[in-house]
Amino acid sequence: MREIWAVAEKDLRIELRSRIVASQVLPFALIVLILFGLALDADKATLRAFTPGLFWITVLFTSILTIQRSVAVEVESEAFESLRLAGTAPWRIFAGKALAVSVQLIAIEVVLAVGVIVLYRSSFEAPGVAAVGALSATVAIASAGSLYGVLAVGNGVRDTILPMLLLPVLAPVLIGATRAFDAGLGTAAVNGWAWAGLLGVVAIIYGTIGAAAYGVVLEDA
Amino acid sequence: MSESTNVATTGSRTTQILGFVVLLGLSVVFVLAFVVTEPDAVQQDAVRMFYIHVPAAIVALYLTVPALAVASAMALYKKTRWWDITAAAAAELGVVFCGLTLVTGVIWGRPIWNTWWEWGDVRLLTTLVLFLMLLGYLAYRRSVVDPGTRARRSAVIALVASTNVLLVNRSVIWWQNRTLHQKSSLIEGRLEDMKLFTFALSTLVFAVMFFWMMIHRFRIGWLEHKIETVGVDAAIAERRASAHAGLDEAISHPALEKEGST
Repeated sequence: MREIWAVAEKDLRIELRSRIVASQVLPFALIVLILFGLALDADKATLRAFTPGLFWITVLFTSILTIQRSVAVEVESEAFESLRLAGTAPWRIFAGKALAVSVQLIAIEVVLAVGVIVLYRSSFEAPGVAAVGALSATVAIASAGSLYGVLAVGNGVRDTILPMLLLPVLAPVLIGATRAFDAGLGTAAVNGWAWAGLLGVVAIIYGTIGAAAYGVVLEDA
Repeated sequence: MSESTNVATTGSRTTQILGFVVLLGLSVVFVLAFVVTEPDAVQQDAVRMFYIHVPAAIVALYLTVPALAVASAMALYKKTRWWDITAAAAAELGVVFCGLTLVTGVIWGRPIWNTWWEWGDVRLLTTLVLFLMLLGYLAYRRSVVDPGTRARRSAVIALVASTNVLLVNRSVIWWQNRTLHQKSSLIEGRLEDMKLFTFALSTLVFAVMFFWMMIHRFRIGWLEHKIETVGVDAAIAERRASAHAGLDEAISHPALEKEGST
């Protein structure tokens, strides 16, 4: 556990010092929210009805940037090599990276939640189910992203291949998270807890696959 | 004297026979599906698309993707190019048959569901996601140069993508209220006589077509691998030759020869 936290803490400390997520990724997320508002002609009823989908599409776009950043800090300084030489088990490196990405995404989601309340005039009528759904979805995104982020390392087209590989894998997460938020925001009569549970299962599956496969993909990173 | 033509081919006696069987089988299937069988009481002539759509889906989900999964697992375990090339061939055919399933499904959906595409249908969505995953797999393979790295990493991507088949298969059962898709006509016993025969024959022909295309695609992949290997060997030989030539030239240099004589 200590090693996992050490890897996560390293990534979060780098982020706190560089402030790339705070100064670039977060403004990007807010710009996307505003652009959705402009594209939908700032119609209050439409924006409120589509808030769950727009929120999670923004999170997915933002997660691509966060994951690319998470991998870039290792690649630029050849830190993957150092982590391996330090004797850290690959699955622990994976768990640490996924934990750090999760923390960053949760911070972004909190700001986006405030954004949809202010800009789209949405309100969280069942915050519990929205929070549990968001947490499960975030872990699933971070797990799949941490694995695919390393897969995209070192092939020269990292920036373009990552969204192509990752977004289809995250499609089930988008569906589940949108439904859980439908229940949380009261935009549709759905069983939000069932969708939150399904997201939990997806998070466990992606986490297990990521932990098992990370050693293989790290060999060539 | 005529120049020797040592052209590598992907054909053999077996593939020629298989190709002939596929051509003949498809001709018979098309005649049965579009001429001989009766229209359906509800779906009318649109049911004829069923004889192409369902066999294509069966081959995509239960032949190409399992072949991709097994070959990828073996590529990770055995670490040989043979399994990696098999996986790549299966993935390409997965894209072909998955694409055919989607296109024929869209054409069938227009008269029956009154829409080209139904966003609420989970089976359509999961099949589309599988198609996109396979496209991503192929795009990834093209972006990695080193064969060993490509084999290991693409095997991981393939194994993740393969799990989606379970979702596609179970979608009409798990999300009964979120699908327009019918359950298996075969399991529900709605196919009889000539319709059942046409469907069975079409599935068999599509399966043979899969193996026929798989053999050819594998051989193309193997030839590409040979070219890569020959290219590397030739480059090494050329480098060695130039290094030897440089060494010979240095040894035969007048200054060195003079030094050697003293």
